[in-house]
Amino acid sequence: MSDDIYKEIILDHYRNPRNKGKLTDPDISAQDNNPVCGDRISIDITLKDNVVSDIKFDGEGCAISQSSASILTDMLMDKTVDELSKFTKDELLEELGTPSLGPARIKCALLSLKVLKIGTYQYLGTELPEDPEN
Amino acid sequence: MSISNFQDIKKDFPIFSRKINGKNIIYLDSAATTQKPNEVINSISDYYKNYNSNIHRGIYSISIEATELYENARNTLAKFINANSSRELVFTRNATEAINLVANTWIPSNLKEGDSIILTEMEHHSNLVPWQIIAKKLKLNLKFIKIQTDGSLILDNLEELFKENAKFLSLTHVSNVLGTINPIKDIISKAHNHGITTLVDAAQSVPHMSVDVQTIDSDFFVFSGHKMLGPSGIGVLHTKKKILENMEPFLYGGDMISNVSLNDAQWNEIPWKFEAGTPNIVGAIGLGKAVDYLNNLGMSNVHKHEQELYSYAVEKFSDLKEFKIFGLENKNSTGCVMSFSYSDFHPHDIASILDGESIAVRAGHHCAQPLMEKLGVPATTRASFYVYNDESDIDKLFDGLQKVRSVLT
Ligand SMILES: Cc1ncc(COP(=O)(O)O)c(C=O)c1O
Repeated sequence: MSDDIYKEIILDHYRNPRNKGKLTDPDISAQDNNPVCGDRISIDITLKDNVVSDIKFDGEGCAISQSSASILTDMLMDKTVDELSKFTKDELLEELGTPSLGPARIKCALLSLKVLKIGTYQYLGTELPEDPEN
Repeated sequence: MSISNFQDIKKDFPIFSRKINGKNIIYLDSAATTQKPNEVINSISDYYKNYNSNIHRGIYSISIEATELYENARNTLAKFINANSSRELVFTRNATEAINLVANTWIPSNLKEGDSIILTEMEHHSNLVPWQIIAKKLKLNLKFIKIQTDGSLILDNLEELFKENAKFLSLTHVSNVLGTINPIKDIISKAHNHGITTLVDAAQSVPHMSVDVQTIDSDFFVFSGHKMLGPSGIGVLHTKKKILENMEPFLYGGDMISNVSLNDAQWNEIPWKFEAGTPNIVGAIGLGKAVDYLNNLGMSNVHKHEQELYSYAVEKFSDLKEFKIFGLENKNSTGCVMSFSYSDFHPHDIASILDGESIAVRAGHHCAQPLMEKLGVPATTRASFYVYNDESDIDKLFDGLQKVRSVLT
């Protein structure tokens, strides 16, 4: 692992995060942190007819966790709740352009996806799988 | 300035001949674990090739030799910390296990509901969590000696803390995050005046400076072999003889008994009473070799080497914009660790980019979350030094940090 995980898209979203902030009265809202490094992400989603009409993330942490959250939120606009619950890590990692992050950093990259899953399952009232981000 | 004490020393450590992506490994994470010299590595294969057998029970030659090697290692370690007798040394897996041993044996027999255990705010989780658990179980209170942001302990209200029901004090000799050397001799002497029993977590001191447990006068004193050139899986608990003799065993089984009937057993003498089952024989032997290696260098030279490296680093990094070393103001530090922040770059990003240059540093809370809170950061980056580091390692770290800035901005 080295600096080649810092692809242009990651650095771009790290320097200029999209959809950063909070929503008032979101339909879906969740947050989680990575206990090892203290990365923290929250995601708020507003739905309209079961489709994402607004989405924001907030948090702090390393470039990988924060840019991944920014990129993820960009990808989720206009998706249905069903699509949110089925969104896969491969889709996110492909967009990040770094399929081989290595075990030390993959958790940073997938934290936002985990938060999305926690919120979505909570909204649906279904039980969260053991490794929701996988 | 030249730090030439230990020239060519890297040759003794085979890992430094390994290259990753064509680059030598710049190892700056010795506070986590140290690299091993050939003497230690060879002693391990030599044992398995020539002496392998179980100890303390064989009548045949190799078992007698193996027992001798194991017990000689104990003697070497005892001399190294100037213990009164090698019988005061129990081999454990690591410092953590030694602390758990004390928490689970001495504490339940000596403390009762309402008593307090005193700790500090700079403890490694190893010297915090075991006390939390036993405190919950026995309804004890935990109290903390506070730390100020320069990394030193606030000691002017000790008398207050040591009053009332304080019965036990456990504290680190050297902080694994800031390198602070605590004045443990004074603190322990004050504690003893109040009848308080003491434990010193010496995981970060024994590897870096000469220590004398008789002068320190601790009741319990623990450290880990892997942080001082030795193998992993071997550590030491030193305990004053009178205390150790009166303690209940920690684990039960073979080797720790003197006599067993179907319904009862008598315990072996110290220290074997605390070494149930087949111990880490080769670990102890390897640790003995590590101590020989350190003795050859001389512990005062080791300490001096690290302080010189630290000063060199401080000087070099003073040119770096937005670079902050935690605990820099505190003059009483080993020089073996340098925790820093660099602009608003996250430690994980710093460590990842440095890894690309084959530089190994630690990023995170260093198993000291309460201390991180005190410093007001979720994590730091930590470079730690040992005998095999030199100025060129620090120069490479400096160049690596320039790269971090260029990648992230
Ligand atoms: C101050 C301190 N105490 C205790 C420990 C725990 O050592 P081990 O993991 O070898 O038991 C460490 C290791 O990081 C340490 O730095």
